[in-house]
Amino acid sequence: MGSVRRHAILASSADTVWAFIGRPEVLHEWFPTSSTRVEGDKRWVTLPSGIVFEEEILLVDNDLRRFQYSIINNPLITHHVGTVDVIALADDRCVAIYGTDIEPEVLGLAIGAAAGDGLRALQERFGKG
Amino acid sequence: MPRRILFVTTDQQRYDGLGCNGGAVARTPVIDSIAREGIRYTRAIPSNVVCMPSRSTMLTGQHVTTHGVWMNGVPLPVDAPSIAMDLWRNGWRTALIGKAHFEPFLDPFALFTENSLASLGEETVYRESGDGRREPHRGFEHMELATHNGMGPLHYAKWLRENHPEAVAMLYPILNSQLQVNEAGGGDTGAPQVKHNPIPREWYHTDWVADRAISWLGNQDDSDDWFCWVSFPDPHHAWDPPMSELHRVDWRQLDLPAGWVDDPVECERILAGKPAHWLAWYHGTFVSNYEAPAKWVPATLTADQVREVNAMVHIQNELVDEALGRIVGLLRAKGWYDDVDIVFTTDHGEFQGDFGLLFKGPYHVDSLMRLPLIWRPAPSRTKFTPATVDSPVGLVSLAATFADIAGLPRPDYAEAARLPLDDGEAVDLGHERVLTEWDSVLFGKIVSLRTITRGSWVCTATLPGSLHDGTDGELYDLSNDPLQHVNLWHDPSHRAMRDDLLDDMWRNLPDASSPRRACEAPV
Repeated sequence: MGSVRRHAILASSADTVWAFIGRPEVLHEWFPTSSTRVEGDKRWVTLPSGIVFEEEILLVDNDLRRFQYSIINNPLITHHVGTVDVIALADDRCVAIYGTDIEPEVLGLAIGAAAGDGLRALQERFGKG
Repeated sequence: MPRRILFVTTDQQRYDGLGCNGGAVARTPVIDSIAREGIRYTRAIPSNVVCMPSRSTMLTGQHVTTHGVWMNGVPLPVDAPSIAMDLWRNGWRTALIGKAHFEPFLDPFALFTENSLASLGEETVYRESGDGRREPHRGFEHMELATHNGMGPLHYAKWLRENHPEAVAMLYPILNSQLQVNEAGGGDTGAPQVKHNPIPREWYHTDWVADRAISWLGNQDDSDDWFCWVSFPDPHHAWDPPMSELHRVDWRQLDLPAGWVDDPVECERILAGKPAHWLAWYHGTFVSNYEAPAKWVPATLTADQVREVNAMVHIQNELVDEALGRIVGLLRAKGWYDDVDIVFTTDHGEFQGDFGLLFKGPYHVDSLMRLPLIWRPAPSRTKFTPATVDSPVGLVSLAATFADIAGLPRPDYAEAARLPLDDGEAVDLGHERVLTEWDSVLFGKIVSLRTITRGSWVCTATLPGSLHDGTDGELYDLSNDPLQHVNLWHDPSHRAMRDDLLDDMWRNLPDASSPRRACEAPV
């Protein structure tokens, strides 16, 4: 099992950040993906390489500020759970944490790299905390 | 008189793979001839024994702790120092043709420039520098990239898909369906990563790299200064040279390499004398990295498999030599040959059966650390006497060497002097020691080594990790134990030498940057 975790400290309130990244349909606005389509609890994400991930949205918890999803119906990926958490550190400061557990494990590294890219995009949008 | 540098690298090539270094199987007359005309280094050492860190050292002139590419999968920052950039800023034409690998290959999110150039149809991408100038990626204004097979986003794979799509599947798939290094065996012996490859020779990546280099060089003007890095992906696994060439070396006729230990009991005894990660990998119980198939157990390796792998490597080495011969032919036809500095080396070695092992990993012995390195200075540029240099030198000296050829001062960022022209100059330039580092962290499996090579001694300290508590290590006397079978680390009679070497190493290793940059792909 490949397990990776990335985080970024942001100079905005947790509510402000969550209001953005808690919306599954705007993933492509911060994560290095080309497009996002959401229907109910399903999401289709197109990567710049042309690969399309079909995903099941497992959890959107506005109280906990936690989003969880799983890549499904993929011939290569036999297990996946991705989690995004936004945790308040102060009124105007929070930490965004992206974690993923995946099999095959090597994909964890690539998804971790994309998460790092996405978190840097969040720092550009919300400020580096 | 224009100055020109032809920098030729192979991938995963042993020192003894070349005729000029004593290799008795592969015929390498082109490289041998260049060696006779120039400087042949008998102990050239990388800063790391896998591709990305070692190649980053070549480009930056920095140790691994400084450039920060501490394992495969960690990208070199796009703004890292680059000798190619220095040359470009001084008006040189610059190209990198073949395998770059400063950035990870496995890149489904298309994060890295190397992986996007072919689909963009661009020779390079330009970025704004700190002072507002637009500068090409890492200083290369022309990049045509390849790796070891026909899959993926690089130029060779795109060319193969578009022109010979039937050939893509002919090449051995380096990764299996789980994206792990493929353990599947082939050939006559079932050796891992061996395949009888029906691809026509002219479609194979070695000849493609030469073709593209000849094309770029052919377009340079007589007055141009240029730096052309020709980077052959072979003889790195997969061992799948075109089967039309298999007649060159019959594996059944090959002697086993000197480093192969035929008796498994004796092999285990030798490995048990080294730090724990050696024997653990031999038995397949501790696979610390992506440099070898996770599901392959080295203890299962047979003598015939070693012969066949070696035969494939010899064939790959001959094809590289002949491809280089075509490039040299162009230089001669253009009347440039005596005006070109030619530097030939590789990024790291390969076990090829030594200690009952294949591939590479955290093992700082000659199999992986003793590399071919040849520098034929341009006769029209400088007076020199062809020589053999026995002093240890590092690939960390390449950037300063290229600067020197270009008439530039040693770059501020370069951490070693240029290569010496003889052993006397090695002393004058301070080539006393070479440092090699290994770090791998892979989902909880951690191995870290630090090594110094000085004189005829190689000393490796293990740092605390999954199998080590930081007290073990390796000490080899190369003059009396060229196969590195006898680890003197715990020998009381060698403690003073060991401690002196360690002290020297710790005093000269640059401080590591912190925090360590993230690993973003397996390779």
